[in-house]
Amino acid sequence: MTAAAPGAALQVRNLRKAYKDVLAVDGLELEVQAGECFGLLGPNGAGKTTTMEICEGLVSADFGEVEMLGMRWDSDAAQLRHRLGVQLQDTQLGEKLTVLETVRLFRSFYRAGPTPAEVIALVQLDEKRRSRVGNLSGGQKQRLAMACALVGDPDFLFLDEPTTGLDPQARRQLWDLIEEFKASGRTILLTTHYMDEAERLCDRIAIMDHGKVIALGTPRELIASIGVEHVVEFSAGSAAKPLDISALRQIECVRQVRCENGSVQMQVTELHRAVPALLDELSRQDVPLTELRTHSASLEDVFVTLTGRHLRDE
Amino acid sequence: MEHPLAQLTLVRFLEFIREPEALFWVFIFPILLAAGLGIAFRNRPADVLRIATVTPQLAQSLRQEKLLDVAELPAAAAEEALRTGKVALLALPGAAGGVVYRYDSTNPEGRTARMLADRAVQRAAGRVDPVASTDQLMLEPGSRYIDFLIPGLLGMNLMGSAIWGMGYAIVDARRKKLMKRLVATPMPRHYYLLSFLLSRLLLLVVEVGVLLGFGALVFGVPLRGSLPDLVLLCVLGSLSFSALGLLIASRARTIEAASGLMNTVMMPLWIVSGVFFSAQRFPEFAQPVIKALPLTAAIDALRMNMLQGASLAQLTPQMGVLAGWLIVCFGLALKLFRWR
Repeated sequence: MTAAAPGAALQVRNLRKAYKDVLAVDGLELEVQAGECFGLLGPNGAGKTTTMEICEGLVSADFGEVEMLGMRWDSDAAQLRHRLGVQLQDTQLGEKLTVLETVRLFRSFYRAGPTPAEVIALVQLDEKRRSRVGNLSGGQKQRLAMACALVGDPDFLFLDEPTTGLDPQARRQLWDLIEEFKASGRTILLTTHYMDEAERLCDRIAIMDHGKVIALGTPRELIASIGVEHVVEFSAGSAAKPLDISALRQIECVRQVRCENGSVQMQVTELHRAVPALLDELSRQDVPLTELRTHSASLEDVFVTLTGRHLRDE
Repeated sequence: MEHPLAQLTLVRFLEFIREPEALFWVFIFPILLAAGLGIAFRNRPADVLRIATVTPQLAQSLRQEKLLDVAELPAAAAEEALRTGKVALLALPGAAGGVVYRYDSTNPEGRTARMLADRAVQRAAGRVDPVASTDQLMLEPGSRYIDFLIPGLLGMNLMGSAIWGMGYAIVDARRKKLMKRLVATPMPRHYYLLSFLLSRLLLLVVEVGVLLGFGALVFGVPLRGSLPDLVLLCVLGSLSFSALGLLIASRARTIEAASGLMNTVMMPLWIVSGVFFSAQRFPEFAQPVIKALPLTAAIDALRMNMLQGASLAQLTPQMGVLAGWLIVCFGLALKLFRWR
């Protein structure tokens, strides 16, 4: 085995983990550079959380190696824990405790770090410091979880779906926090199944499916890799007058056509040529258009292209 | 910065006192139970005997005697009451200002009523007893049911609060993934378990104080043994039950599974370990098993200390049983404990 590259904060080699009959992680390879925000993107059950938990030292792998900050779990666990900040998926902190009591408890476990009051200020929960955790909103709870992750002044931060289930405003608040941490030059490993979150926060992304990395790169690179820039979605036709899909594939600059719940998705390279051609084709078939949307190609489209499924599909 | 063990213990303590239901079950319930049973099984004063008479003068004389309940009835009704046993004796005016007592001499109540009634009549007529006498009643603390009950309730409370306290808190932390989150910090794991024992001991002071204080002040339950010994017994008992609670909670993932296990363990102990009635009532062959149970040992030791003033040396067998449970359960729990 080769030593970790000098800039690598985390190296994972040939990682394997099975739960009963399910192979959760299947020969995974990862390398996270110091100072970058690295995203694991994938649908539920792709093995993101298991990978995180192995890296966090909570689960032992069946096979493979993990090297974090130049250390290993089997020999340097105590050292390593002091340098990691962890936010787990759906941890429920004690409801009867106040924000300050909770942060103070977590602070007591670490040798060094900011004071509880400083961390609470950082996550903007000053006004709530005397409130019970049970009375906080979802977004406030997530920011408290973040405070507990930051209280040991970590070099490496694990965030497992930090904004799942939050409203848009609460998500943006958390993104600001994550970007602040990133700006201080420290490393983040983040899982999400929100493509906008990954695109906004992550320097590099690994798309995971069935316990493996199926694509790796910056958000730009990944989107560019599917060779399309735009996606056109529309609904047309009816049971009496169905649309002939195969004709659409003949249109110039249309790459892929998928039909799903009565709506059609086309990946196109040049929007300004594809849309008029589509309209011409519909009028030739004499099928009325009932809905039309376009968006720039996203990581979601990358995932759809690679797997034929959506990220949010169960 | 504060010590993690102090913080963990503080948090445990805060979470407990902010749970109103837990406060009720641990502090209020045992007192209600003790008060209720203490009243129900109190030693009653000697029974009052019902007698009947037919004239107001006789009735007035007889009513001077507090142990008689005198009914003044028409002659026919009075005869009927005596015949049907509703009264033990019938006092009738006799010839020349005398009194006639009608009663069944084979009935002890009748004979007692005869003596009491005659004394009342004679005194009302001006008899002065030649020898002055006073009564001293025997209702000695230490031999009443409430004296038996309070140490039993104390033992039951030590067990219940330790097992419930450990069981629910641990399984809840596991279910909410809080335990997993804590394990992801540099927190030393034995501090986590230790904090449960420490917060238990903190609460123990209050729990034991409240129940014993109630028993001593309201019912005059005696504390004949040495108080430090009693504290030591409570601590040892609580630690053994906490270890048992830890073992019960070591793997369960849901509150339902844990409470099923807890009830399975505690229910038989409540019945056979002599909380409400003596464990000696169970057949001879079962006694060795019953004596080896932690609750039996705890309650026996508490009773011997409080009621008979037994020294620690006399309680060696019971303390040995408790220490054995402590070591075995704690060792097993550490081996089996699921940190996720």
